[in-house]
Amino acid sequence: MTDNSELTDLTLAQARDGLRGKAFTARELTQSYLNAMNDADALNCFITKTPDKALAMADEADTRLMRGEGRPLDGLPLGIKDLFCTQDVLTTAGSHILDGFTPRYESTVTNNLWQDGAVMLGKLNMDEFAMGSSNENSYYGPVTNPWRRSGGETKLVPGGSSGGSAAAVAAGLVAAATGTDTGGSIRQPAAFTGIVGMKPTYGRCSRWGIVAFASSLDQAGPLARSVQDSALLLTSMVGHDPKDSTSINAPVPDFESAMTGEMKGLRVGIPKEYRVEGMPEEIDRYWRQGMDWCRAAGAEIVDISLPHTRYALPAYYIVAPAEASSNLARYDGVRYGLRCKSDDITDMYEQTRSQGFGDEVKRRVLMGTYVLSAGYYDAYYLKAQKVRTLISRDFSQAFNKVDLILTPTAPDAAFGIGEKANDPISMYLNDVFTVPVNLAGLPGLSLPVGLNAQGLPLGLQLIGKALDEETLFRAGGALEEAAGFNATPTRWWRDV
Amino acid sequence: MSVNKDTVRKIAHLARIAEPEERLEPLARELSTIIDWVEQLDEVETEDVPPMTSTVAIKLPLRDDVVTDGGYPEDIVANAPGSQDQFFTVPKVLE
Repeated sequence: MTDNSELTDLTLAQARDGLRGKAFTARELTQSYLNAMNDADALNCFITKTPDKALAMADEADTRLMRGEGRPLDGLPLGIKDLFCTQDVLTTAGSHILDGFTPRYESTVTNNLWQDGAVMLGKLNMDEFAMGSSNENSYYGPVTNPWRRSGGETKLVPGGSSGGSAAAVAAGLVAAATGTDTGGSIRQPAAFTGIVGMKPTYGRCSRWGIVAFASSLDQAGPLARSVQDSALLLTSMVGHDPKDSTSINAPVPDFESAMTGEMKGLRVGIPKEYRVEGMPEEIDRYWRQGMDWCRAAGAEIVDISLPHTRYALPAYYIVAPAEASSNLARYDGVRYGLRCKSDDITDMYEQTRSQGFGDEVKRRVLMGTYVLSAGYYDAYYLKAQKVRTLISRDFSQAFNKVDLILTPTAPDAAFGIGEKANDPISMYLNDVFTVPVNLAGLPGLSLPVGLNAQGLPLGLQLIGKALDEETLFRAGGALEEAAGFNATPTRWWRDV
Repeated sequence: MSVNKDTVRKIAHLARIAEPEERLEPLARELSTIIDWVEQLDEVETEDVPPMTSTVAIKLPLRDDVVTDGGYPEDIVANAPGSQDQFFTVPKVLE
């Protein structure tokens, strides 16, 4: 392959095989991505580009590949959500309050990726502190979805909070990317941009060095162009880490080899509570189509009930802001980032946090402070944690009857920038199908299955038992093949 | 409204976020909308339900009580907006 423009069309797995077969070098592959990145500033996917670092890492990978000492991800160019601390590279979490923050350490997950030979292209845009479902809450401006409605030029959101990651993967600016998912922040943007997003079981990926949002829910995972690519990337990301006390010490399977191409003997649950009012008919149609694909691959469809589903979002909007208000107390203008000048220390804290945080972050910190304030803990946080137990029990009971669950990923396709900005609750409803999975700590995978009448991608979600990512990759691979989704957005951003 | 202007003023101070007087009323409305919405959890019977603590039953790991990290004060203050002799500097807090 000599035409470098084609290198960015390869999946991660194809690029890996090409590098090993010496069809091209890691430097050539990396340079192709750097060129694609530089043609796509209209999408605003990157907060920081690291081209020099990328080429240096690519050269090191080439040296190893030349010697036949290639590592699992050697020479593969990735984008990193700007929530992961990267040593000596600006890390902002999409916030003004982390102005100039350059960590002196590397997060465990990104360190695992570099140890396996991956190349860093840059840091990807996101909703501030991962709070949002549209990537409109970034101090660095919104990300634009590479997809547009047929015949239209309206700018659409890529979903959030990993919106930069999803848009960069869908636009071919990175071979794959990392994301984090607290209430759907990997899966919903994956669905909005026609790619695969995987949130593993809580505890699979170390949270060490990832800027904290809601510690009992946050989990890292891959965004990629295929199920196989997600499996490949996740295998390198996970692993026990003594620096995170919630990190699970369990064997790490080779997720790629779980993909057998069939679903023989699997029982797939269809929860009746996921049929929500006002959901477009097309989403229901693809869901039914998904059930047919499961049957054709050898699986059995089983009706199930998850009776507490409707309480998941309200419970989430107590637990997540409560934990966020506590985690974000560290931004005090003293140890890192922005400081507003004042002669009085309390005034300095209050001005710094007022100017450093955006509106949605302030809203959630205030909400969290309220529900945790004296006299309210039992009524809100404790109550929500009890409801969480009931949601988790719903899943446990369902998993006595089924091996995995099939649902839509989001209640609608991508919407226009600004369309939902003034209605927080309508924005929160985007995560109605993804939030219960975080509350229960289970693995979830979103894969693209088709386009709606306006030409926008739609996704289906697979939910698995704790630590059973393998079944999701197996079923996800079979559904991906059945769906045959290979649409890509037209590259309009190159002409902007 | 479950949250009024005075409550917003109080929690904004607890959260150490300066909110100008004219923002208190709109914030009270926004927070009340969200709080009224989350209060639908009151419908759920949770009398004998334990609060969720973890997904996969794991015991909090314990290790020997020894120093395992540290010794690099220059890294600790490297990102500080103000520092002197490896200390963080802040506005005067004692008269």
